[in-house]
Amino acid sequence: MTTSRRFAYTVGAVALLAFFAFHTLPALQGFFYSLTNYRGYGDWEWVGLKNYELLFSDARVGRAYRFTFGFAVVAAVLTNVISLALAVGLNGRIAFRRTLRAVFFVPNILSLLIVGYIFNFIFSSAVPQIGSALGVEALSTSILGNPDLAWVGIVVVSVWGASAVTTIIYLAGLQTVPVEVYEAASIDGATGWRRFSRVTFPILMPFVTINTLLTVKGFLMVFDQIIAMTGGGPGDATRSMSVLIFSAGFNAGEFAYQSANAIIFFVVIALVSLFQVRTMRSRERV
Amino acid sequence: MTAATPTAPDRVVPLGGSGRPARRAELYPGRRRVNWWLTAVLVVCSASVLVPFYLAVVTALKSPEQLGGSPWALPTEWRWDNFGTAIEVVDFPRALGNSAVVTAGAVVLTLLTNSLVGWVFARNMDRRFFRFGFYFLLAAMFIPFPVIMLPLVKQTSALGMDSLWGLVLLYAIYNLPFNTLLYTGYVRSIPYELEEAAALDGASPVRRFRSVVFPLLMPINATVVILAALGAWNDFLMPLVVLSDRAQYTLPLVQYAFQGQFNTQYSLAFASYLMALAPMVLVYVIGQKWIIGGVVRGSVK
Repeated sequence: MTTSRRFAYTVGAVALLAFFAFHTLPALQGFFYSLTNYRGYGDWEWVGLKNYELLFSDARVGRAYRFTFGFAVVAAVLTNVISLALAVGLNGRIAFRRTLRAVFFVPNILSLLIVGYIFNFIFSSAVPQIGSALGVEALSTSILGNPDLAWVGIVVVSVWGASAVTTIIYLAGLQTVPVEVYEAASIDGATGWRRFSRVTFPILMPFVTINTLLTVKGFLMVFDQIIAMTGGGPGDATRSMSVLIFSAGFNAGEFAYQSANAIIFFVVIALVSLFQVRTMRSRERV
Repeated sequence: MTAATPTAPDRVVPLGGSGRPARRAELYPGRRRVNWWLTAVLVVCSASVLVPFYLAVVTALKSPEQLGGSPWALPTEWRWDNFGTAIEVVDFPRALGNSAVVTAGAVVLTLLTNSLVGWVFARNMDRRFFRFGFYFLLAAMFIPFPVIMLPLVKQTSALGMDSLWGLVLLYAIYNLPFNTLLYTGYVRSIPYELEEAAALDGASPVRRFRSVVFPLLMPINATVVILAALGAWNDFLMPLVVLSDRAQYTLPLVQYAFQGQFNTQYSLAFASYLMALAPMVLVYVIGQKWIIGGVVRGSVK
């Protein structure tokens, strides 16, 4: 079996080397640049931890964190609540089940950027039309132009896009609930909300964990829909961390500074993921 | 919600309080009692998915003068040549070709390389090198793309990888951690005896993989293909930072690049958006069951 062992080591080594070269190495380079004053071109010098010091007093970065996390929490909660409701509905005794399921999944196959452009039009033209027809002041102008409300538009698109796959995962979860469990519950007189909260939901807990992890992680990286709808504005009201790293890192000569920003962002994301996995695991066991 | 008791019609369950559903089930054995209220609620909810499409279609078919009217109104005169103009303005065939090359390339390269790597890792997990490598890949999944994109762009342009083929290679590499996780889990369920038998017959490792293992991996292969295709087709950020030649722009990127020209001409923009979305929608209509199943298997693992 020596040829097969040599083959295995060759495949493993090539795969790990390729991954190291195009994923790990850029990460290490990012750390390296974060200790310099590199602008993306030209000369550079060592500056030590100065970029990191500046980060902590940069109001722009603070606002980007606040928007990103606020957005991720609101969007993740809404996505999971709506998806769970839809999944319970789709799992009920309904007609056209397959067609409805197919329709609700459509957003998952679409480019979020293009969906963002379509919703940009909806918020700037279609919704204000209804808003002024109904005499609702807040809706008669584009919410995307309002620094206090633009984030709502981003949340709507993001929930619209993410609910598709979240719903289908919950639906898969609901189908793992054995019919006997429901029968036992109805013998005990549990129906409606009581049955959902005491019987269905606890069984679904692993799926709540998966969906919360996936949605939060995805929303913390939010980029496409913001570019399509607000470009991070008005001002920097909807500038997420990804948008900030992208726009300032590539176009404002802040290559090194945004590299430091990205490194800290990575640490934060890793901590959030670990925290989530731990708390959710412990809750599942109860 | 009260009528959503999922009792199979053939099982008569003594329901405390309301005996009606059970009696009906007895009267019509084998027929499911449809909850029409719930169906109606869901149909109304599905409008939230369909309304954006309605608006996109009617906007794409309007003339510039009609755009001044209500966005909700149907076009008074259907301007199908908006699509023709949009095709010319954005050079749609070229963008479609670019997206097709990247997606097909990413799918094929991801499938072939990642399945082989997953198999090799799964069968050698008892060796320290592979165990370490596996955890290394898993740990790397925590690093999101925006974190590495600044240095990556330096690297890809220095290596001349700022092209469609560069993207294909990057997709295959970045898909590796997740797919290795998928494949190793699945390979363990394949009896090792099959490979042993082939090895005794003198089959090389490549041959064993190709003719024994790979066909058995089909359910996971389907998931990998679907996820790789959706990922590459709809991706925006990576092509945006990696590609430098406008002639290589993929469909989403073209919509971004033409925003300036679209500004005053919503109809052209929407015609272009719809054409960019259409190929994947078409694939979805044909392979709907397959795609949903693939995505679910990928997420629940």
